[in-house]
Parts: sequence; C-alpha cells; structure tokens
Amino acid sequence: MRSRGWVAWAFMAPVILVMAVIVFYPLARGIFTTFTDIDNLNQGTRFKEPSWVFVGLQNYINILTGKDTKFYSVLAWTVIWTVINVFFHYTCGLGLALTLNQKFRGRTGYRMLLLLPWAVPAYITAIAWLFIFNGEYGLLNNVLGIFGIPRVAWLSTFPWYYIMPIIVNVWLGIPFMMVTLLGGLQSIPGDLYEAASMDGASRVQAFWNITLPQLRSVSTTVILLGCIWTFNIFVVIYFITGGGPGGKTDILITYTYNGFQLGQYAIAATYAVIIFSLLLVFSAFYRRLARES
Amino acid sequence: MKMSRRHLAVTHLILIVFAIWSVFPVFWTLVTSFKPESVIFTTQIQIIDQPTLQNYVNLLTRGDFVNWAINSLFVSLVTTVFAVFLAATCAYAISRFRFRGRSASLYLFLVAQMFPAIILLIPLYEIFTNLKLINTPWSLILSYATFAIPFCILMLKSFFDTIPYELEEAGRVDGLGPFGTFWKIVIPLSVPGLAVTAFFAFITAWNEFLFARSFLTSKEALTLPVGMATFIDPFNSPWGLLTAGSVLITIPVMIFFFVAQRFLISGMTTGGVKG
Repeated sequence: MRSRGWVAWAFMAPVILVMAVIVFYPLARGIFTTFTDIDNLNQGTRFKEPSWVFVGLQNYINILTGKDTKFYSVLAWTVIWTVINVFFHYTCGLGLALTLNQKFRGRTGYRMLLLLPWAVPAYITAIAWLFIFNGEYGLLNNVLGIFGIPRVAWLSTFPWYYIMPIIVNVWLGIPFMMVTLLGGLQSIPGDLYEAASMDGASRVQAFWNITLPQLRSVSTTVILLGCIWTFNIFVVIYFITGGGPGGKTDILITYTYNGFQLGQYAIAATYAVIIFSLLLVFSAFYRRLARES
Repeated sequence: MKMSRRHLAVTHLILIVFAIWSVFPVFWTLVTSFKPESVIFTTQIQIIDQPTLQNYVNLLTRGDFVNWAINSLFVSLVTTVFAVFLAATCAYAISRFRFRGRSASLYLFLVAQMFPAIILLIPLYEIFTNLKLINTPWSLILSYATFAIPFCILMLKSFFDTIPYELEEAGRVDGLGPFGTFWKIVIPLSVPGLAVTAFFAFITAWNEFLFARSFLTSKEALTLPVGMATFIDPFNSPWGLLTAGSVLITIPVMIFFFVAQRFLISGMTTGGVKG
C-alpha cells in the first residue's frame, strides 16, 4: 500500500474540516466556558453587553471540594446505578449467551425474541414501562391488586424510585451483552472442550477454566462499553423518574442537563468536562487493570 | 454434546422466562394501543376485549403527530446523507492508505464516539443561538453529525477493509487515479455496506432525544421523541395516544433492525457505541 500522504489527506480533508467546525471548536469553547461564570443573565444579548467574568478554576474547586454539595451525592448514586446495571447486564447476558450457545430446536426464535428490547427506541421503552408502573392504571398495581396487595406509588416511594429505573435499564441493556458474548462463545475452538472432557473435567470446571478465560477480551470490551453507556444514559432517568423525587435519582448527566436548563451554563459545562474526565480516567485505569491481570 | 432431557427442559425454561420478560412491555404497549380509553383508564386487566383503532385515528387527526413525523424524517434523512457522504472518503483513506496521522485520526474518531453528548450540548446551544439556528432542523442536523460522522467512519472502514485490494490494482492498471478508483470501483462494491451504515445513522438520528429536547422549543418544530415527551403528564397522560404513537414509531425501526442487526454487531465491537 502506498503512503502518498497528500492523497490520503485529500480524502480526509472534508471530514477534518467539518469535525473542526462542529466538534473541536465547540469543545474548545465548552472548556473555555468552564473558566468563566457565564449564565443566561450575564451572557449578553442584542440589547445588553455581556458582563461575565473569568473565575479561573473556581467552578472546578466549588464542585470538587464539595462546596456544591450535590456533586458527591449525585456521583455516588451514578456509580451505584452503573455498577448494578452493568452487573445485571453482564451476568444475564452471559447466562443467556451460554444457554443459546447449545444445539437445540427453536434457538433462532428465542434469539429474536430476546433481541427485541434492543430494537425498540430507548425512549419508547421508557414510555412502555412508565405505563406499567403507573400508580392508578398501571398493570403492576392492577396485578398486585388481585392478590390484595395495596397500590404503591412506585416512582415516589423509597426504595422503589431507585429500583424501577434500574429494572428498565437492565431490560434495555441485556441484548447487547448477550449478542456480543454469544459471538465470543462461538469463536472459542471446540477442541478445547473436547480435550477438557477427555481429561474428565465437568461442565462447571470447563466454564471456569476455558469459557471465562477465552471470553476475557470480549468481556473487557463490552463491560467498558456498558459502563460508559450506562453512566451516560439520559432518557431512562429523564422519562421514568425525571430525577425525582427531589432530585434523589438524578445521575450526573441528568443533573448537568438540569443545570443547563436553568441557564447555569458555566457550571453545567464544568460538570460535563468532569463527566468526560471521569470516563477517560476510568477507561485508562480499566484498560491497564485488564492488561495486567 | 447431546443434551439430556432434563438439561433441555431447563434450557427452555430459562429462555421462555427471559423471552416473556423481553417481549412483555412491547406486547403490552401494542395491546393497550387498541383499547378504548374507557378500558385503559380502569383497574381491570384484560388483553383485548373490544379492539378499536380510535387511538390511532385520534393521534393522526388531532395534534401534531404527523408534523413531528415529517420533521423527524427530514432531520434523519439529511443527517444520514451528510454523514455518509463525508465519512465515505475518510473511511476509505483510513482503510487503504498508510500515512502519518492515520492511527491518530482513527483514535480521534473512537474518542469522538465516547464524548458524552452533554459536553457539546452547551457550546452548541450558544453557537446555534448566535446563528439563529435554534428551533430549526439545522441545529439538529449539525449536532447529530457530531456522532453520526465518527460512527459512519468506523462502520465503513470495516466494510472497506473486506474489499480485496487486487480489484483496485486492476483499476489502476486501467489508468484510474486514486479518486477514480474510489468512485468507480470501491463505491459500487460497497453499496450494501453503505446502505447498512446509512440505515444505522438514520435510526440513531430518528431516536435522538437530548439535543432535540434542548434545541427545539416551538411546538411545530419538534421531532417525534420530544413530541411524544410533551404528552407525558405526571398526573394524567393520554396513554391511548402514547401507546399508539409508540407502535407507529417502533414498527419501521424494528423491521429494519432485524434485517440489519448482524452488521451492527460487527461494526460496534470495532467501534464504540453512543448512549
């Protein structure tokens, strides 16, 4: 293959140009905003001179030292949210992948049905569950009613307002894990298992000693993607609890969005930069950890 | 390995339980959309007693649903065409040429996929306000391009990687330059890849919520996701309209998804995924 640089760059030029305008310039501008106190009152309009000032690192200091006391409580719930979700995504996904990775009749049909949650737009999923959880006409309360269990206002009662969005998001995320892990399982050479069974290894031993180690690289990738995705998912929290009650179920991304809606541009931008930095640091650590062990 | 009867039974049991769990919310939405409001707003449980199309009629005749659908269609189509056209040449360069800056660019597109959308939301909002693009489809098309372009580049690169290099050599022998080779040989061979990539870009734009929620405020300008969200009311949502709308929005997505899903999976594991 040739390495004539100018031809390659001629092919790349349009994208680089467009990305510079719509990604890199806004990104730089967003980072710049974090060093100011810009909000919807001082940003300036046609009729009013802008009156914002530079505040240096003050936004970061306020957030990270806990002066903005919300940060650590929102972060804590975001981390719990991510860990619980990815745990269920991965274990259920792996369980289903192992189950589907056998020869029996009807497996394509099951695979189709199990993939369904992935095919539905996330916000439509949220609407569907919202109806099931509805306090007055929701199916969940109606079914419980048959057994004489009193109605529950699922989205405003502790601990259900934490549990319900997790149920929805677990539902959403399993198919992706299932399919990618199934792909991983299918690429494990069959003779490994034959050799193991000749040595008298049980199914369980084969799982721990062959399947899991062979799945390592796929698992590492999908867990990382799953974490980033769950950490950033907006529609589930937004539709199901709206961050409520009283902001208790806000994750960082919805919390940041609220700040933006209130016109606190500098603070929201700082949150956004912090979210991105957290994810970058996490991915770097995670990769290193995965490589070392 | 032949399965014992008990093992087979357990397998089916697990899969049936999970299949019901996967299908149920979708099924329930579908069923509800055919119920008259007098049945939806009760505490009784029934599948379908007196099916009716009233919810669909209401949705399509009253209100802005059709309008939102047109907006969504326009935004998604323009985003797709824009992203695929731009991404194609770039993906080709990354797939075929070895040049300084190649791996750096590839890495950049991977990272660009990982950006939380919110980090661009605030500066884009300011820029679009200054350019008076708020409440226009262009604000969405430009902001969707920020993730559609990197996504298309990564998908298309993996398609171009599978085209044998010898075919291009043949073109060169016939006197085609690098651009001629690309247009006359590579593009025609990649039509399936381009189509699949285009469809995925389309669906992502079709489903996007956060930017649309932030950049559109007037009722006529809304796209479907934000439009549907305006129906939701913590006390009294019109569940008939919501479920009927959900069904209409999901059907095209679902049909396409099942046709194309195996391509997405290979593309995603090489690239990344945006929430």
